[in-house]
Amino acid sequence: MPSADPARGSATPRPGPAHGGAFHRFMADAARSGTLVVQPRMGFADPARMRAGLLATRGAAATTVGTLTLDSFTRVGDYAAAARAAAQGHPLNGYPLVSMPVATTTGLLDGVHGEDFPVQVRHGSARPGRIVEALIGAGLDATEGGPVSYCLPYGRTSLATSVRAWREACRTLAALRVSGVEPHLESFGGCMLGQLCPPSLLIALSVLEGMFFRQHGLRSVSLSYAQQTSAEQDEEAVHALRALAADHLPDTSWHVVVYAYMGVYPETRTGALALVADAARLAVRTGAARLIVKTAAEAARIPSVAENVTALETATNAARSVRRTAPPPSTGVEEEARALVEAVLGLHDDLGQALIRAFARGYLDVPFCLHPDNAGRTRSVISEQGRLEWSRTGSLPLGPTAAVHSSRRLTSSGLMYALQHVKTRYDAPAVSLARAS
Amino acid sequence: MTRMTGPIAVIAAPTVSRGKPFVYQRHQPPESPPRVVLSTIPSDAHTWNLLFLHLLLEEQGWEVTNLGACVPVDTLVTESAARPPDLIVVSTVNGHGAEEAPALARAVRAVPALVRVPLVIGGKLDTEGSVDPDAHPALTEAGFDAVLIGPNAVPRLLALLDSLSQRGHGRAYADAVR
Repeated sequence: MPSADPARGSATPRPGPAHGGAFHRFMADAARSGTLVVQPRMGFADPARMRAGLLATRGAAATTVGTLTLDSFTRVGDYAAAARAAAQGHPLNGYPLVSMPVATTTGLLDGVHGEDFPVQVRHGSARPGRIVEALIGAGLDATEGGPVSYCLPYGRTSLATSVRAWREACRTLAALRVSGVEPHLESFGGCMLGQLCPPSLLIALSVLEGMFFRQHGLRSVSLSYAQQTSAEQDEEAVHALRALAADHLPDTSWHVVVYAYMGVYPETRTGALALVADAARLAVRTGAARLIVKTAAEAARIPSVAENVTALETATNAARSVRRTAPPPSTGVEEEARALVEAVLGLHDDLGQALIRAFARGYLDVPFCLHPDNAGRTRSVISEQGRLEWSRTGSLPLGPTAAVHSSRRLTSSGLMYALQHVKTRYDAPAVSLARAS
Repeated sequence: MTRMTGPIAVIAAPTVSRGKPFVYQRHQPPESPPRVVLSTIPSDAHTWNLLFLHLLLEEQGWEVTNLGACVPVDTLVTESAARPPDLIVVSTVNGHGAEEAPALARAVRAVPALVRVPLVIGGKLDTEGSVDPDAHPALTEAGFDAVLIGPNAVPRLLALLDSLSQRGHGRAYADAVR
């Protein structure tokens, strides 16, 4: 099922040090063997707990890679607050990589991180420079984000600032190649606010960010797609993402990573695990190489290590029950995504400039995104069939053929209904079961 | 940092006009609508909560200044002090509220014009998912009038809006929010 294509061109670097390019090589091998790699979102301020979490991930009955999810203070660049909170033993929602002594991080990774268990840093920063330096300093070689996907949904940093910062961060990361390490960078473009962003825009952003990474020296990238409201639409979307990646990422090793639903999560254990199992089936059926899970605790709080392991194993078991399948009949997702990508590429040879112009003109426009650099003229709706559709396309270059579903005015209850659509669907069977017993 | 008073108007136009409630009216609309500053804590990037509350507050007849994601405390204080609102709502769901919001409350209360403005916080305030309304005494000690968490958070906010509307704005609300 290799969606990663390590055989292409310069994708495989010169042989490096034993631990070099761990993430890249692990994913290339897994893609070759057709094994779905599963990965948690996991981050704790306490180094001992972080290490225990990584060890438990490695020990899960699944093919896993590890995650260091960073905390929100680090994400917004408030390293002093992160250091203070960690020193006082206050709980943070992630590991404060930049504020920790390098020896602390290398210590917690020692004997855990390696060729058989690479660790990726996940953060959410529009200005990732210090984070990239810190992860390289700790001997890691993989992270994620992107100039759009870690800017528009995540704060107040201007898109132009984020593009500059991500360009520099890409170059810093790509410089590892000189020493024989193949660094890996994943686009978070398939998420965009977690829910209610139609698939074609998620695909376009993921592909464009992957191309941005490549333009700035990376040769091992992954493109993301977050599970949305309709299994069939999602399957069409991931196939479309792979088709666009194949066309737009020459001489690059790439794979697709599916995110289990990133919106309002089911509260019931049964519902939450059923949703992550469906995400795993989506990944296998569409030839995605990696899946990032969510847990049964997701709706309420930061999940524990054990809850993460359960989610990893649930996903792996679900993945075993299905095989890769042909794409479902087209409803135009790929055509829409191609139209978006091509319109953006036509704006400037430099992808960063093209992205900035595209948002300024509304060629790219994320529904419900409050960021000042987002035009805010698009809107989405969940159709009667449960599919995520455009209800308003603003200035998106989709032409008259784009189906626009009629929309009522936006109310707090209407928004809540849409935000809770998936949660309600997955929680309902568990709730009626509980009532019946 | 510019304040984001416009985003919902842009997103929702032309069906939502700020200050003109389109849901049924429970009280006589005042001459000028009561004003609320809607914010989050500096480290919190989530915006669905802000979007929902923006719409809810508008539907209840409030004029909303939505400061958007990751609001620096200085921005919140400056925006609020420039034209003291009738209510400040801080919504956060990233689990850092208990850690970060006490300093925010002290900064707001340090401004004379904001000493008596009702200040409430709600959402998911810690990494443990506490839902007990009394779980965070440090927040009320720092200056919050109410901590709205758990399943009753939104009903309690609506009740608070009701009593604030009934009392008219610009007065002390300590009773109304508890």
